[in-house]
Amino acid sequence: MTFTDEEIERYARHLVLREVGGPGQQKLKAASVLIVGAGGLGSPAALYLAAAGIGTIVMADPDEVDRSNLQRQVIYADEDLGRPKVEAAADRLAALNPHVFVAGFHGAFDAESADRLVEGVDLVLDGTDDFGVRFCVNEACVRHGKPLVSGAIGRWTGQVGVFGRQPCYRCLVPETPPDAETCVAVGVVGALAGVIGSMMALEAIKTITGAGEPLAGRLLVYDALAAETRTVRVAGDPECPVCGSGGAP
Amino acid sequence: MRLTVNGETRTFEDDVRDVAGLVAALGLDTRKVAVERNLEIVPRSSYAVTALMDGDRIEIVHFIGGG
Repeated sequence: MTFTDEEIERYARHLVLREVGGPGQQKLKAASVLIVGAGGLGSPAALYLAAAGIGTIVMADPDEVDRSNLQRQVIYADEDLGRPKVEAAADRLAALNPHVFVAGFHGAFDAESADRLVEGVDLVLDGTDDFGVRFCVNEACVRHGKPLVSGAIGRWTGQVGVFGRQPCYRCLVPETPPDAETCVAVGVVGALAGVIGSMMALEAIKTITGAGEPLAGRLLVYDALAAETRTVRVAGDPECPVCGSGGAP
Repeated sequence: MRLTVNGETRTFEDDVRDVAGLVAALGLDTRKVAVERNLEIVPRSSYAVTALMDGDRIEIVHFIGGG
């Protein structure tokens, strides 16, 4: 795979980075990723991954753009109101970087759609707002052996981690928390979505290029009000129903 | 036993010997939070077999799922 003069100019700041360079940029161009949820986290993640030159980006989301999204979902503009998110996002990404192939799935990520969305990509990013969908994404990633970059936000707190065969996301969250807070109910500061969504893009780029130490098996917790981060290890759960001996995946 | 819980040093009775005992003493809903001991999240199935030591640093991590 060779780069045109235009691509060399476009990716110049990556190409001079020791940890990316030509080989890393080739890996990004050859990579395909699935972004589940084109909301507060999926928006910045998709923008940075498209700008970075990821070859194929698949976005999955069942919703249309709502005015209350625009406070943080920076991939959309006022004129996108009412459009399917994946359609508006695909247009924005194509305008940002014409070298990226973008596909949208305007529907729910569930047991029925999971396998065909996950099996063809190299890496999955999950920024959905529902624990049930998160569990479904995790199960599909474990089943197909795909690295999962998981991000979550609420109020002023964000979490991001990279999961694989073990520990998987279910090792961290064993069951759906009751009365789970959603951004709709408790709010979220828009810039926090930018921070965590961008970290998700960064971890995806690190995982694909092999740069540095990804957050594999670790969870980064960002307390935006205190301006503090803490990174903790996530131990694999031997009795995890998804990746452990507690049940067949 | 003295433990640092969310940055605050606290003394616990003798019945708090493992993570399960601490969870009970703090009245935590284990469906909503994870327990981190010395910068490692303890799997929920291991609470009863994860002994606590004097001086352990404990953080309670609330699960969030917004996007």
